[in-house]
Amino acid sequence: MPKDGGIGAATLRREDVRFLTGAGQYCDDIKVFGQASAMFARSNVANGVIKSIDTTAAAAMPGVLAIFTGEDFVEVGGNPAGWLINSRDGTPMHEPKRPVLAHGKVRHVGDAYAAVIAETPEQAKNAIEAIEADIEELPAVVNMKDALSGSNYVHDEIGTNQCFDWGWIEDNRDATDAAIKGAHHVTTLELVNNRLVPNAMEPRCSMAQYNRANDEYILHTTSQNPHLTRLLISAFVLGIPENKLTVIAPDVGGGFGSKIYHYGEEALVLAAAKKLNRPVKWTADRSEAFLTDAHGRDHVTKIELAMDAEGNFLAFRTETLANVGAYLSNFSTATPTFLHGTLMAGNYTVPNVYVNVKTVFTNTAPVDAYRGAGRPEATYSLERVIDMAAREIRMDPVELRRKNFIKPDQYPFASAAGLEYDSGNYDALMDKMEVVADKKGFEARRAESESKGLLRGFGVNAYIEACGIAPSNLVGILGSRVGLYDAATVRVNATGSLSVMVGAHSHGQGHETAFPQVVAEMLGIDPMSIDIVHGDTSKIPFGMGTYGSRSLAVCGSAVVRATEKIINKAKKIAAHMLEASEGDIAFNDGAFSVAGTDKSVSFGEVAFKAYVPHEFPLEDIEPGLEETAFYDPANFTYPSGAYCCEVELDPETGKVRVDRFAAVDDFGNIVNPMIVTGQVHGGLGQGIGQAMLENTTYDENGQLLSASYMDYTMPRADDLPFYTVDHSQGTPCTHNPLGVKGCGEAGAIGSPPTIVNAVIDAMQSGGKNVTHIDMPVTPHRVWSAMQNA
Amino acid sequence: MYAFDIECPTTIAEAAQALGGENQALSGGQTLIPTLKARLASPEKLVSLTAIAEMKGISSAGGVLSIGGATCHADVAADGSYKALSELAAHIGDPAVRNRGTIGGSVANNDPAACYPAAALASGATIVTNTREIAADDFFLGMFETALEEGEIVTAVKFPIPEKANYQKFVQPASRFALVGVFVAKTTDGVRVAVTGASNEGVHRWTAAEEALNASFAVSALDDLTVSADNLIADLHGSPEYRAHLIKVMTGRAVSAAS
Repeated sequence: MPKDGGIGAATLRREDVRFLTGAGQYCDDIKVFGQASAMFARSNVANGVIKSIDTTAAAAMPGVLAIFTGEDFVEVGGNPAGWLINSRDGTPMHEPKRPVLAHGKVRHVGDAYAAVIAETPEQAKNAIEAIEADIEELPAVVNMKDALSGSNYVHDEIGTNQCFDWGWIEDNRDATDAAIKGAHHVTTLELVNNRLVPNAMEPRCSMAQYNRANDEYILHTTSQNPHLTRLLISAFVLGIPENKLTVIAPDVGGGFGSKIYHYGEEALVLAAAKKLNRPVKWTADRSEAFLTDAHGRDHVTKIELAMDAEGNFLAFRTETLANVGAYLSNFSTATPTFLHGTLMAGNYTVPNVYVNVKTVFTNTAPVDAYRGAGRPEATYSLERVIDMAAREIRMDPVELRRKNFIKPDQYPFASAAGLEYDSGNYDALMDKMEVVADKKGFEARRAESESKGLLRGFGVNAYIEACGIAPSNLVGILGSRVGLYDAATVRVNATGSLSVMVGAHSHGQGHETAFPQVVAEMLGIDPMSIDIVHGDTSKIPFGMGTYGSRSLAVCGSAVVRATEKIINKAKKIAAHMLEASEGDIAFNDGAFSVAGTDKSVSFGEVAFKAYVPHEFPLEDIEPGLEETAFYDPANFTYPSGAYCCEVELDPETGKVRVDRFAAVDDFGNIVNPMIVTGQVHGGLGQGIGQAMLENTTYDENGQLLSASYMDYTMPRADDLPFYTVDHSQGTPCTHNPLGVKGCGEAGAIGSPPTIVNAVIDAMQSGGKNVTHIDMPVTPHRVWSAMQNA
Repeated sequence: MYAFDIECPTTIAEAAQALGGENQALSGGQTLIPTLKARLASPEKLVSLTAIAEMKGISSAGGVLSIGGATCHADVAADGSYKALSELAAHIGDPAVRNRGTIGGSVANNDPAACYPAAALASGATIVTNTREIAADDFFLGMFETALEEGEIVTAVKFPIPEKANYQKFVQPASRFALVGVFVAKTTDGVRVAVTGASNEGVHRWTAAEEALNASFAVSALDDLTVSADNLIADLHGSPEYRAHLIKVMTGRAVSAAS
């Protein structure tokens, strides 16, 4: 049994007290004296030339303090892409400037071309309506295939809508082609990975303060990674030195990727705060969130699976068009490439993989990483085509997967897509899934459904993902322009309480509970004496933030390293206090003792000594007890899982209900099983949302049709089943000190193909030979597919 | 939202007085307030009807259920004396909507996907205003259009309680309005079938089904009927053909469940 509050304990989340009692401090809750309000004039056409912007009338409106247009930011830098991707021919990607405010052209509905600062939000809105902008609408580029074949360019200066044409691994191309050509059986599937709006509960918000006395700025903003935001603003956009800019992400109400990125609104409020010498705040409304938060997914993929006569996988080959929208968001070039192509071998011993991805500019909102980021797209393609292949060769879909799984004795395993998996046991996951899901009982449940006139389908899926987004050396080779490590400072206060400054940002993940569990376990102290400090660049050493299921695997490892340094120093102090040699000091359950004696001092006594260093060997040991560690791992981590679900389908209406869902995941070691279960539940909700409900639809003019909750279907509680979640089959990560792998994205990665495979199985069981349906599997789509089968 | 004045009269007479000119009635605001927040309307003054005691409450006499125009959905849901109507009310929106939105506001707005218009039309209800009584058949004139004159107030809706009735709503997944909703009522004068959510013309009766069900009130009576997709709504959530199909399916389910 885990220690109370230590590693492995299902400790309740301490931060939930303030979240559930309305005491959270979100950006918009922060109000400072003299605060003015910013609002943005946004394009209502998808593509247009800005002929003129007349702000005269708007400037004369009550309460208006300043008006900015794109002209004001011509001299400052653009918001860059974080990864440089080269095309197959070696040429670098096209990287058009993403300005603070649109200048010359507007490129998507919602593209901001002017901003008003006024005393109140209402006054700013009124003035926005008084801006006279002459924008000549041009035909919009919306469909990716049309974008590549046409001569209407989102960015005229590039002369193409293709950002890059990437091959992975280019050296595998010929062997993969040959394997497919010579194969006994090839299954081909074309599918769409539907575009999603992230829909964090808290809309984006940014508030800038400027201090004229010392030329310093403070930016409160809804960010998953305040240091990265500071870096981008400092190094690329406004050039404010990092020592003059503090970025604070306080409580943040969900991100799912969309708050990783730096957005122009942040730069605007900073510039406005300096110009006016007043605090300036902007808070997005829900419509702005739909139009301007970076969207997710939006791939169109053709995948081929080649097999021999026994069903052994010989090759996967994919061709993908990936939408990047009108501008390159910070991770947009990594998501469809190194977070996607590298996973295209799945859990399988397949020897040949070749992935081709063409990224496409369109007159739509930028597209970037969204919970799972590339890995859901890879998993969906793989696990759909494997199911289709199983049907074609009349093999049980579970058996076909098992036949091709990497086996436990094959680790470390070099996948055909270029990664080295460190640990896993996919058969054990599948075994456990079959038990917890009562797979044997399926036929009886199907008969019961059929007696009610309903069809029942069983869907299965196996996934692997690369998490703990880091190793700097590896991501550097893959094109990252930043390092990906993390940092932590453990500060032991004089009276024995601890402040742990971490680079990971918590916006729903429960770090304030889980990280102290790690430190408490190591120090043998009460976790409630430990607080996490995060989200403030002036308080924490550095950090690359939270995304890619990296917090515990990367930042948690930095916390371990810093805590080890604390223990090492504390041992020195204890040795002095106990008049023993350091080598004789043992540390157990919060006490330092001299081996073979009953002499001991508590951790708290040592801490006090460190800060009240009377009779202290100052020549050997510095006072104080505070240590910092940076941690850069050797590899990604590789969570994996086996998922299954059962759906009930009403053949009269096409309505699908998820009746049962079992998720068996290998997250390695688990620090807080309750938080892990919650993370899986959240991911499943978003994955099932993608599979069944959510869809982002632009019309041919680039107007967003699904621009509100009246038409964009967010999952509700009654859309989702009760889940069976199991993480008993963990195989520890071999290269980080906690043996953890990351759990934030798994549910969103593993569930979409599970659902769609089940829906196809249900339709097949009703005598309808439907082999493919695109997400979301809405009642209308299911009914239509069955009509046409 | 643009700035506006608001008045909260306590009698129908005061409300009628206040509703001159460009002033806008507010009866729960479940459509109007979001419209104002999106700056899609800019009335000078809102006249709230929900403080008018004589427009609130439910009473039953002589087989007719009379519901005050300012009665909220939650109260209708809790009433239970017209079961199919209470069940319908219990599934409008969410609890917040049901405790704010009113029957008068709903029928006056006549959203093409709203539930109450189907109940009123199928039940052969009478819409009572501050100046007259209007049969449901004459009241609903098309999408967001009614027989109401400027400033006219829906003070009550009177429902003759049928022998049997049921409402089947197939929800639009995002809004949870009716993608297709069918209300079937079997009265001493015959069967009435009203369809909401489906048509560009708004709520309407399916007379062919009514005739068939008058001959035999059974699901099988619908077997030979087809619904034309002409003039049905096409949107992100369903084609006209899908809606036509659902009208028949939902009608059958309503007949089957009618009680």
